[in-house]
Amino acid sequence: MVNLRINNIDVSVEKNTTILEAAKKYNITIPTLCHYPDLHINSDCRICVVEIDGYYGLKTSCSTPVKEGMKIKTNSPKVLNARKTITELILANHDTDCPSCIRNMKCELQSLSRNLGIDTNRFENVLQRKEIDDNNPSLVRNPNRCIKCGRCVDVCKETQGMHVLDSMGRGHDMEITPAFGKYLNDEICTYCGQCANVCPVGAIIEKDNTDTVWEKLHDPNLFVMVQIAPAVRVSIGEEIGQQNGLIESGKLVSAMKHLGFNHVHDTLFTADLTIMEEGTELVNRITNGGVLPMLTSCCPGWINLAEQEYPEILPHISSCKSPQQMFGALAKSYYAEKEKLDPKDIYVVSVMPCTAKKYEASREELSVDGTNPEVDIVLTTRELAKMFRQMGIDFNQLDSVEFDNPFGITTGAAALFGATGGVMEAALRTVYEIVNEESLDDVDFHAVRGMQGIKEAEVVLGGQTVKVAVSHSLANARILVEQVVAGTSPYQFIEVMACPGGCIGGGGQPYGTTNEVRQQRIASIYEVDGKMVYRKSHDNPSIKALYKEYLTEPNSKKAHHLLHTHYNSRNS
Amino acid sequence: MSLEKILSKYPQKKEYLIEILLDVDEDKKNHFISEEEVTTIAKHLKIKESHVCSVLSFYTLLSSRERGEYIIQVCKDVPCYLNDNFNVVETISKHLGIEMNDTTDDRMFSLEFTACIGCCENAPAMRINNEIFVSLTKDKVIKIIDSKKGGNS
Repeated sequence: MVNLRINNIDVSVEKNTTILEAAKKYNITIPTLCHYPDLHINSDCRICVVEIDGYYGLKTSCSTPVKEGMKIKTNSPKVLNARKTITELILANHDTDCPSCIRNMKCELQSLSRNLGIDTNRFENVLQRKEIDDNNPSLVRNPNRCIKCGRCVDVCKETQGMHVLDSMGRGHDMEITPAFGKYLNDEICTYCGQCANVCPVGAIIEKDNTDTVWEKLHDPNLFVMVQIAPAVRVSIGEEIGQQNGLIESGKLVSAMKHLGFNHVHDTLFTADLTIMEEGTELVNRITNGGVLPMLTSCCPGWINLAEQEYPEILPHISSCKSPQQMFGALAKSYYAEKEKLDPKDIYVVSVMPCTAKKYEASREELSVDGTNPEVDIVLTTRELAKMFRQMGIDFNQLDSVEFDNPFGITTGAAALFGATGGVMEAALRTVYEIVNEESLDDVDFHAVRGMQGIKEAEVVLGGQTVKVAVSHSLANARILVEQVVAGTSPYQFIEVMACPGGCIGGGGQPYGTTNEVRQQRIASIYEVDGKMVYRKSHDNPSIKALYKEYLTEPNSKKAHHLLHTHYNSRNS
Repeated sequence: MSLEKILSKYPQKKEYLIEILLDVDEDKKNHFISEEEVTTIAKHLKIKESHVCSVLSFYTLLSSRERGEYIIQVCKDVPCYLNDNFNVVETISKHLGIEMNDTTDDRMFSLEFTACIGCCENAPAMRINNEIFVSLTKDKVIKIIDSKKGGNS
């Protein structure tokens, strides 16, 4: 242990602890700006500086390890003045039109300025306005708000292995942009949105579609259906001031009805359907000598990576559309026929934890007839919360309302889609019972759960041992994919999710998604699963009815037409 | 020398990025690295284009814009700034008829700033390609530039 004094308090911490961590342990708050838990320490912004007796100048507490006998002041006038000056300088090169920024009241720079007591800026604003990149359906990059903290670069380069963004130039001319200042859509960007999630200000944000949705909700000629993904219900509570993100789905349905949606549905239904289709596809590939390993297809960030960087992997990816697209396809076919609605009069909104879903919905092949998209528009969790705020919804006053039929009944297996390993676990629950013709006593597959980057498991199917693997974050996906490309992959089935933690850690999720928060959301996912009447997709009576009434059987011609897709190499 | 030749000079490791970039820059009369070259170098070293661009844009020795045969780089760090009693930049600018970051019409000279080149004790200083010039005076600056005009670098 190392003994030191911080603000005259005796502190004793493990060796190699940073001053910042040591202070936190003793409830001493040192403000930070570029620092983000789980990412690399940059010590770029120097907001966390402290004064150490006998040391020359101020030291960054985020990167300075404790030493025996150190005497540290975290709040001396010298320190406070330095922090204030740094913040004023950042503000002098920042678009400070805060009320017209999506991060207003949720901005780390704004909170910092407030906490430091900055009420005037001694420096004149010298911002030179640069072009805003809003040329893709998912993300908007606004360099005028960028404070160059480098979090987006770190998450893009290290966590995702994409390295689309980096710092260009030096000194006060330094900017964070893609190569040659290109637009994101000219780069191999997967639109995963992790950059937007870690951005402390409004420099990278999702493309906001809330205005369009409000318009459609008030169009009397449209029947507006909304679907809500499993990961949204375990995090949106954070946006409305709850400590835990989980919100009872009945209240969520009620709130959505208040917004004016004609029908509120659960993407869990088409997650169950995905398991039926993908599970059947897997069994067929294994028994008929198809291309193996098979890789999951629900994650649009992953599909973007595969199409742009790994064309060889495309035959390995399940042909199943994602649950989001399956829902849209069914809404504008099965449901339209059933309710005698013209598919053109149905408007499908999705609420997703994901920014890449916005791009997915815009894909040409994922449309009903080449012009009418299966899913018309996608909102992130954050945008839905924004609509709740716009509407002034008070969750304490809401009743519980059921999801609308005919997609009303869902299973715990489908809820698992929100967490890393969830699609795998849901698939195993179904494939195991169908292939082995015996029921599972314990439906929990613990080996595929948790935050470990790559997880593997073995399961015996029809007397044959099948090896499966799960990866989350694109850097981890690359490891498994490169094995497949090299022909050395020992697996038959691989789940790939672009975001750390799976969809609960998606780019469209509430800000402040750290590993600690991810774990809390994952725990909520298992809580939702555990409380469900049905825990396996093939037990879902609504799914059985849908096959009987409309699709005949998994992987049928009709199912293929509606629920399966193809991928295009975009490798140049 | 072709880019392939330059690439083959070094091990195929990202640690050699700066050497490769310097060679490509030096190899060309107009001292710059093109977008196509960045793409080729990135593929060769198995790194991303943004990485190459980041390094390329950090060092003042390197450029992604076409420049002149002689790149005049005036140090803009504090000692040079303080010792500059005649305005080095303005002198060059007037003499060559170009602004900062411009290139003369005959593609002979470019005028740029550079970060410290380590000649603080003999400030003000400037660099033309690989040559350093210190203790500058107005006459000295003009003489140096005129000597380059003759082509005897």
